Amino acid sequence: MISAISLNSVFTPEFIFTVIRVTTPILFGAMAAVICNKAGVINIALEGVMLTAALFGVFGSGYSQNLWVGALVGILGGVLISFLLAYFALYLKTDIILAGIALNLSTVGGTIFLMFALTGDKGATNSVQSLQFPRIDIPFIKDIPFIGAAFSGHSLITYLAILTVFLVFFLLYKTPFGLRIRAVGENPDAARSVGIDVSRVQLIALLISGVIASFGGMYMSMAYMNLFTNNMVAGRGYIAMAAAAMGQANPVGTTIAAFLFGTMEAFGYQLQSQGIPSQFINSIPYISVIIGLVLYSMYRQRLLKKKKELKLKGKGV
Amino acid sequence: MTKLLKMKTNSVDSRFEAIRFIVAIGVALLVALILIFMVSKEPFQALQYLFLGPISKFRKIGNIIETAIPLTYLGLSVSIMFAANQFNMGSSGALFLGGTTAAIIGLVLPLPFGIHPLVAILAAGVMGGLWTSIPAFLKLKFGASELVSSLMLNFVAFNICIFIIMNYFRDLNAGTLASTKFFETVLLSNLVPGTRISYGLIILVIMVILSWLFMSKTKWGYALRMTGLNVNFAKFSGISTAAVILYSQFLGGFLAGMGGASEMLSLYDRFKWQMMPSYAFDGVIVSVLGKQKPQYVPIAALLLAYIRVGADTMSINGDVSFEMISIIQGFIIILIAANAFLKKYRQKMVVKEATEND
Repeated sequence: MISAISLNSVFTPEFIFTVIRVTTPILFGAMAAVICNKAGVINIALEGVMLTAALFGVFGSGYSQNLWVGALVGILGGVLISFLLAYFALYLKTDIILAGIALNLSTVGGTIFLMFALTGDKGATNSVQSLQFPRIDIPFIKDIPFIGAAFSGHSLITYLAILTVFLVFFLLYKTPFGLRIRAVGENPDAARSVGIDVSRVQLIALLISGVIASFGGMYMSMAYMNLFTNNMVAGRGYIAMAAAAMGQANPVGTTIAAFLFGTMEAFGYQLQSQGIPSQFINSIPYISVIIGLVLYSMYRQRLLKKKKELKLKGKGV
Repeated sequence: MTKLLKMKTNSVDSRFEAIRFIVAIGVALLVALILIFMVSKEPFQALQYLFLGPISKFRKIGNIIETAIPLTYLGLSVSIMFAANQFNMGSSGALFLGGTTAAIIGLVLPLPFGIHPLVAILAAGVMGGLWTSIPAFLKLKFGASELVSSLMLNFVAFNICIFIIMNYFRDLNAGTLASTKFFETVLLSNLVPGTRISYGLIILVIMVILSWLFMSKTKWGYALRMTGLNVNFAKFSGISTAAVILYSQFLGGFLAGMGGASEMLSLYDRFKWQMMPSYAFDGVIVSVLGKQKPQYVPIAALLLAYIRVGADTMSINGDVSFEMISIIQGFIIILIAANAFLKKYRQKMVVKEATEND
């Protein structure tokens, strides 16, 4: 019965609107992860990048009262974290997973530390008048019934997220630098042998991913909500990593995976209005990531097996 | 001749390791100093609280040990799991689940004094172990990344526990979310008067010794370390690496679950946890500080506990918030784990040693 009610409420423009709304931060994080994965570096610090950008964006726009200054400050905050990851992992040779874990840990507390030092509050930035990214009504489309209500009226950043997918695709597959990124990720030794500076390419890839993930963070505090709250990214950086893994670091596949996770989250909100305990609803995004990850891994295993069999046949065994 | 040379480099290496350790902590404390001078109006007083606060009163020294107890459990847990080269972050969920399991046994099972806490702690360990085995199972069976799945499972564990307590054991008279009171028999009674240190400390000491024996004196510990160093080599030498991965993750979760039970039964008389914890991260810090060796883990935990109690004292008495500590912790992990940190200095040490003896 529950599923019957839910299905009715799923095919509404409001539901699609919510899906797009909750997928936006995951999509940014996932695109950032795609670039890193292609360059052969695992960026677990995405969570920390997003969290830092969320806070810096609020402070930047709140104190300057200029949205673009705020966005710039937010990006700088996020890029700082990914630069630190690059510095520690590529130059000081810290295990990149350990360095990422350490940075996430530092940013969860570090953002609270900074928030308390500047506002005297540890929970949220209530006292800072943060600016918000504007909502955009798309001409013509907004007047089409159903489609208008679902796809128009989103935050500027949401449309930027969709644009980012195309930009990342273009960067990776249509530019010389994209080729270098992929070469480094596929086989660093081969890339080095043709004169590519592997660490430099990976550093730049990490910095680009920092910029992209920063938008995901700022979306949380300057569009999804209008203030920064303690640990507000809540695992979305990890979900984004899972989306990139499922999409095999392909921008299109990753986008599909991100929307899949977003849909599950939105579905959870639907259930909430039907009296399902909130603890179950809060678990839905995480459980769907685990299921997605397992299904993807099964698929990949089967693919590898098939490849092996084909190889054996080719050799006449 | 080569043996002699090797011995020399070994002694240089261990000396270098010690120096690097001290420099890493020094750099982290320097960062703390800068942060304090940036935000505090009375930086010298804040520093005094940070460094001398933990030894200013007997109660504070008790606080150091109380704080170090769960940190030691988590450090052991993460050390054993990471030693198998599995980035399993499930200790958070395992500890929370362990605490909840112990609470439920304290709420529903009337058992005699003495046996009751032991049953609760063992059950908590088993639950924790099963929980951290899930990512290991998913990794072995499907090749799914244990890092992502364990991080996701932590959120799930938290929600399951809160759901169970809220719906079945909630004390409606309590203002906040809390269960009804446990049976008195389940509580771990106080060991050191004037502090909150309970008999759980003795159980912890036993677990440290057992973990150390397991890792360095048994063939299972040897297989575990070999698998962690090089899984293919281990496989070819006849070690069943799948079994190793499973039991290492189970044991890691078991220890975290025990830690949760020990916390729950020492410090509380009813279930009161409400925050989503990040214990696994604490475990990673202690494990990195303790070089993944069970015998060093308690020392690392005490060091971290000292800094934390200091930061707590500082934030209560001054204008610097406790969270400063997390920035320092991050720096400590990264610098200690940085293989190339002070590399040039190590080179110089080796050269100097070699030329001096020639």
